[in-house]
Amino acid sequence: MQLTEIRTAGFGGQGVILSAMIIGKAASIYEDRHATLTQSFGPEARGGASSAQVVLSDRPIAYPYVTAPDVLIVMSQEAYTRFAPELKDNGILIVEEDLVRISQLKPTVRVYGVPATRLAEELGRRMVLNVVMVGFFAAVTGLVSPDALRRAVVDSVPPATRDLNLRAFDKGYEYGLAKVSTPVEETEQASMELE
Amino acid sequence: MQADPRGVLTGVHFIDGDHACCEGALAAGARFAAGYPITPSTEVVERFAARIPTVGGTFIQMEDELAASIAILGAVWGGAKAFTVTSGPGFSLMMEHIGFAAMTETPCVFVNVQRGGPSTGLPTLPAQADMMQARWGSHGDYEIIALSPNSPQECFDLTIKAFNLAEQYRTPVMFMMDECVGHMTEKVVIPRPEDIEIYPRRLTRKPPSEYKPYEPAEDLVPEMAHAGNGYRFHVTGLTHDERGYPAMNAATQDRLVRRLKEKIRAAEDRLTFVDEDGVEDAQVIVVSYGITSRVAERAIEMARQKGVKTGRCRLIGIWPFPEKRIRALAQRARAFVVPEINLGQIAREVERAAGGHARTISVTHAGGGVHRPEDIFEAIMEAAR
Repeated sequence: MQLTEIRTAGFGGQGVILSAMIIGKAASIYEDRHATLTQSFGPEARGGASSAQVVLSDRPIAYPYVTAPDVLIVMSQEAYTRFAPELKDNGILIVEEDLVRISQLKPTVRVYGVPATRLAEELGRRMVLNVVMVGFFAAVTGLVSPDALRRAVVDSVPPATRDLNLRAFDKGYEYGLAKVSTPVEETEQASMELE
Repeated sequence: MQADPRGVLTGVHFIDGDHACCEGALAAGARFAAGYPITPSTEVVERFAARIPTVGGTFIQMEDELAASIAILGAVWGGAKAFTVTSGPGFSLMMEHIGFAAMTETPCVFVNVQRGGPSTGLPTLPAQADMMQARWGSHGDYEIIALSPNSPQECFDLTIKAFNLAEQYRTPVMFMMDECVGHMTEKVVIPRPEDIEIYPRRLTRKPPSEYKPYEPAEDLVPEMAHAGNGYRFHVTGLTHDERGYPAMNAATQDRLVRRLKEKIRAAEDRLTFVDEDGVEDAQVIVVSYGITSRVAERAIEMARQKGVKTGRCRLIGIWPFPEKRIRALAQRARAFVVPEINLGQIAREVERAAGGHARTISVTHAGGGVHRPEDIFEAIMEAAR
């Protein structure tokens, strides 16, 4: 059975859980695949590291936990330090590049950076950085279609913020498309510079 | 009877087990809930409190779990379908009223989203260690019905079943979730109201002059009367006769308590809910429930890859314990492997039911997380040896 394991992680308050919720909802409701979302509860959910796990599959999912993520989306240094070692050898790391310095990473991991907070600020609300990250994720991984994700965004945010969140999604998505259209060497160069 | 459309949120949702349980209760017709918030169960009543004003009904946040558990019994006798929701420490406080509900044959549902114990234990982390408490927690002899879901979809489906069984057998039903299933989010399909079967309250059609509140029907379950419709009835936790009057003597006690037990025990076949796969020619059968059944799936897969014929018997209904089914399986398989997030509660039931025909290996976990699939796998391999 082909499983795709995704972990999102960051500070409490960055919308880490919501970003995972949007991905899971898009896959399970709007692409009619299977998705299971689990999250760590506890004191760490308020302030420190916050994290959610999504497993995607074309078949029903029995074991619901992420063991070695295929994709890790991180929005804080602490989350990076804690979760980066779990990544699969050929996994994909997506980072908020202004908040995370990359070090001691498996050389085979593909890295994509996005200044999500800055892009969100350009839209006038820093809080939509998580949806920028989701848009970026859609572009660089192609794991869930942008159409399904946009519908899940609409479903998951307060009605008054729908347009803002859709713009945030598109902004991240376009930034990601531009990123993947650049040659691989340059991307690797960029990630080297991050170190 | 079909579901009242006002409570049914037909559609495809991406929600967690706690929220799905709430929707199941609403779909089943629950219009009263009382609770006292406690992690990891709070989301169930949080959602109920938000939804009930538009559905029509009442939610009360009580001063504690004793109050919550007796308020729902009052609501039931007032005509509502009612439930309460809690976790370990609150469940302990509710024991008195679970016994009262069993004795007075009050149909109701107690949801327990299990966390690590004893006492305050692990508020945010999982366990399955209240399984025996659900069965034996209140004093005296009685039988209970308990169900254990392993996904948000089942939290919806089985909550409806829990309410239906409560009405059919006039008994409190324990809905034994765990933190993992409660906080796990998946697709939940809620059908149309006309596709949801509801067991209506067993209201008497006898005229008031002929009605006796505790006169058993053929299946040993008595009929109820609507308060205010001219029927005389009396609800007491004291040993009572068929009229509901206290009659504290050995003969009445014997008749009443044996019937309370027998009305459920005699229905064991109808109350056996298991999900089986590959048990026909299995060497080893893994018996599990709740979140552990999903962790066990991975171990079963690993064992099958190693050539061990491994079966799955997932318990959906925990109480009454499916003794006959386990006894039958024990004739075929060499051993049972029973992983659970406690130090061996249901494993002993399996061992007892197996009656020495198959070995039982308990794979324990003290709580705070789930098993490593490898631990279950190793037990399967040991059992096959």
